[in-house]
Order: sequence, then structure tokens, then C-alpha cells
Amino acid sequence: MKEEAAPIKTETFMVNMGPQHPSTHGVFRMRLSLDGEVVVDVEPIFGYLHRGVEKLAEGRTWVQDVTLTDRLDYLASMSNNLAYVLAVEKLAGIAVPERAEHIRVIMAELSRIASHLMAVGSFLNDMGAATFTPLIYMFQEREKILDLFEMTCGQRMTFNYIRIGGVSCDLPEGFIPALTRFLGEMPRFIDEYDTYLEDNEILLARCVGVGVLPPDKAINASVSGPSLRGSGVRWDLRQADPYSIYDRLKFDIPTGKNGDVYDRYRVRMEEMRQSLRILGQSVRDLPGGDYRTKVPVTFRAPAGEAYAHLESPKGELGFYLVSDGSLSPYRFKIRAPSFINLGVLRDLLIGCKVADCVVTLGSLDIIMGEVDR
Amino acid sequence: MALNRIRQRESLELDKEEGQIIADLQARSARAYPDIVPEELKHSVLIGPVDSLLNWGRSSSVWPLSFGLACCAIEMISCGASRFDIARFGMELFRASPRQADLMLVSGTVTWKMAPALRRLYDQMPEPKWVVAMGACATCGGTFHDSYSVVPGVHRIVPVDVYIPGCPPRPDALLYGLMMLHRRIRKSTIARKAGP
Repeated sequence: MKEEAAPIKTETFMVNMGPQHPSTHGVFRMRLSLDGEVVVDVEPIFGYLHRGVEKLAEGRTWVQDVTLTDRLDYLASMSNNLAYVLAVEKLAGIAVPERAEHIRVIMAELSRIASHLMAVGSFLNDMGAATFTPLIYMFQEREKILDLFEMTCGQRMTFNYIRIGGVSCDLPEGFIPALTRFLGEMPRFIDEYDTYLEDNEILLARCVGVGVLPPDKAINASVSGPSLRGSGVRWDLRQADPYSIYDRLKFDIPTGKNGDVYDRYRVRMEEMRQSLRILGQSVRDLPGGDYRTKVPVTFRAPAGEAYAHLESPKGELGFYLVSDGSLSPYRFKIRAPSFINLGVLRDLLIGCKVADCVVTLGSLDIIMGEVDR
Repeated sequence: MALNRIRQRESLELDKEEGQIIADLQARSARAYPDIVPEELKHSVLIGPVDSLLNWGRSSSVWPLSFGLACCAIEMISCGASRFDIARFGMELFRASPRQADLMLVSGTVTWKMAPALRRLYDQMPEPKWVVAMGACATCGGTFHDSYSVVPGVHRIVPVDVYIPGCPPRPDALLYGLMMLHRRIRKSTIARKAGP
């Protein structure tokens, strides 16, 4: 008589990833349910960096709130400052001098390059490219940008430079030559990087066809920024709803085709080139004159509400402000791109292998300061 | 007279004897450590207290836990990158596992939600271990000191050895703080960690 083998039972296995994990970009946590090596379910858990920025902002004055925005997306503080300041200026109807607009664009684009360098570097790092090597490469160039920032406002990361009505101080002597030198060096660096990575077999094997985000799903989840453009949707607020002086600048919007991890990576690399183009134009047209409209320290925005948004390196960053005419905002709402882009994470991860989770998360480029606020 | 002379000689002998004991003592105490190294190894062996050997080893290869919390973590990474090069201090090996780390760099805002995880990581690290509170947030809550969700100073959760001010501290400031930590490590003995 033949003995019948007992049926082998399998069950899903739960893996906790984070909050302390070298590739969760801060303190993000995922609870993964695995069937063998395939992800069956993902539960993203966040709030580990919830600092209550929106509530704190209601207790501080309009002018002081700029410092809080610095610490949202700390890789591109200038963009954060700018988004908040745009909302306040819209609310109060403050006109900004031409020179200040140019300086703001220069700073925002430098921030974009710095942020993308960090995003690409850490993404490659997460993929397991030796230990630290891509990041060290990227930091070389990032340090040059930080030097430019430091030259301007004395800080390397949290600047508080862009203020209501303009910027806090004029560009220092020697800034423009230093920036021009940087603009000359940077394309060579990007080219060098591309020669290493564009056709790198390992990179292609890990990235192509992984974490595919179809355009319709991306739009439904209101994903924005490079993650959306990687799916082939030509949507960039700098052209779709121009703010500051972007309507006068010429640049292309790079898009991907397949919406996979590789396309998102390519879009970021290409965006750095476009940012350099924008920088070149705004430096060329930089006018003289005043850099700031005087706004009193005890600034009171008129009662009302305003929403202003811009294309931050991560996507659409918006500030919705409600004022009751007092010294501080009545409501301070942040539309954080990283947080909303995280919404598609579950869809992207289900069905993929565990090893691809980290790569997919890295390609979305989240910043916990902005996700948790 | 004769008796006197004999007594004098005897006391002289005694003096000599006692003097010899003292001379021997002096001779032996001139060297801090007894001469136990064989002649042929004299050029390759150093003798010193175990403490200084341990402290030298510990202070020149402090392995930090790779544990980024917020903005300061980016400056921590900058510090690890080529320009500031933390490898000069033997600290470039950021360990992902707390079991392999000696130093916890609390780089950023600690929220009450994160606090249990932080404490757990600290408990998982093997002794001897050190904690550096990097930046204003970890030191006292910083910009967010009045927030409902932020721990006002990480010393409420784990003992802190060095505080580094700044928001965020520049990498140079971080390096200076780490050098202070090294100095502190070199002061500790086997019996106890160095006090403040």
C-alpha cells in the first residue's frame, strides 16, 4: 500500500522592516507579509517623525513659520521656504522685486539638483552598490552646492533664506562667478555618472520592469513630481501653472515610458540637466535692484485663505493657509508630495520580491520630515 | 674606647644594611613596570596598563549605529562622505545592526512614538556603549521643544555622553563632538566609564 504524503502547509510570513533600517530613508516602517519571497501585503506605518509642524505653526508668527518649513523636506529647504512664502504673498498680495524672483529661482533649482543627487545616490546605495560608493560620488557635487548656499546665507542645510517679500540678504560678492564655475563643471559630472550607470547591466537587471506605476494609476493616486513623470505623464507645475518667473524660462520636461524604477531614476538625472539650463538662463538675466520688499516683523496677513503650490524636487508641494487677520496663521496645511506619493507604495510592492521593496521605495524618494510633518 | 669603636662599627654596618634596602627599593621603583620582557623582544614589545590599551582600541575604532532620524542624519552622512571623511577617526563603519555598534548618534528629532524603538536599540547595543545627542532636537527638543509629540531631549530616554549644538550641526562640529567623545573614552578604566 502506498503511503500518502501529508499535504505541505504553507503560511504567510511577516517581516518587519524599520523604523531603524539603513534604507528606509529615515524612520519609515513597513510590515511585509511574505509568501516565500513574494510580497503579499504591505502595511506602511509612519508617524515616527511626526513633529506637529502644522500645529506649531499656528502658535508662531507668519515670519517665524519660515523656519518650520525648512525642516519639512530638509534636502530641499529652499523649495519649502519658497512654497510657504508664495502662499503668504498670495494671501497678502505682496509684490516681489524682480531680482528677488531670480534669486529664488536660482536657489530653488540648486536645491533641486542637490535633492536629486541625494535621491539618486541613496537609491543606488539601497540597491547594494558596494557600501556607500554612489553616495560618496553624489556628495562631492552636493557639497559644492552647499558651499554656494553657505556663501549666501551662512547655513548648509536649514536656510531660512527666502522670506516674505523677497530674500533675507542679497547675493554676496563672488557668488555669480562661483555659480558659473559650478554650472561649467556639473554637466561633465552628470555625463561621467551616466557612463557608469546608464547601460550598467546590474542596474538594468535590478531596475527595468520593477515597481511599474501605470500612468492612470499614478494620476488617480495624485502622484506628482519625478515619480509621475517617470510614468510618462508630462506634468510639471513649473509649466502647468507657472509661478515666480518660470513662464519666461525655457526648459524641457523629461518623461519616462514604462513607469518603472529605472525610468524614475532617468527622469531625475535628466531633470538635473534641465535645472542647469534654467540656472544658466536666470543667471544671465539676473537684474539689479532691490532684493526685498520691506515687510514688518509684526506682519499680519489679511483675513482670508490662500493655496500656493510649486514643483518641489519631490512633487507638488502646496501650502494652504487660513488667516483671521492676526499675527499667526489660523490654519497651516501642508500638501506634502512625499506623503501622497507614498500612497501608491502598497500597489507597487504587492507581487514583487522582497529584495525589490527597498529599490522601489528608494525610487519614490520619500523624506520622512515631509511625510510625517 | 674599644667598646665604643666596636659599637660604632656595628652601627655603621647596620646603616649600610638599611641603606642597601633603600637603594634596592629605589632601584626597583625607578622603573614603573618590572623588567619582564626578554632581551630579544625589547624592540617589539611595549608594556603599559590594560586600560590604556583598551581605551586606545576603543577610542580609535568607534563604530556608530547607522540610525538617521531627521535633518541631522544628512549632515551625519556628509560627515561620512569624502569631504569630511569620518574614516580618519576609524568611524566610517556605520553598522546597521545595534549588536555591532558602540556608538549611537541620535541625529535628529526623537518623537514619543520613536522613543521605545530608540530605547530598544540602545539596550541591544553591547557594552561599552556611548550616546551622542546631535543637534538641538536631540539635545533639548530644539525648534520643536513645545510640540506635543517631541521628546524634549533624548537624555530622558537614554544616558547621553556628548551634546552637540546646532540645527543641524556642521560636520566639523560633529567631528569636534566625536573628538570630545574620544577624549572621554580614553579616560575610562575597566572598572567604570569615565564620568562627566
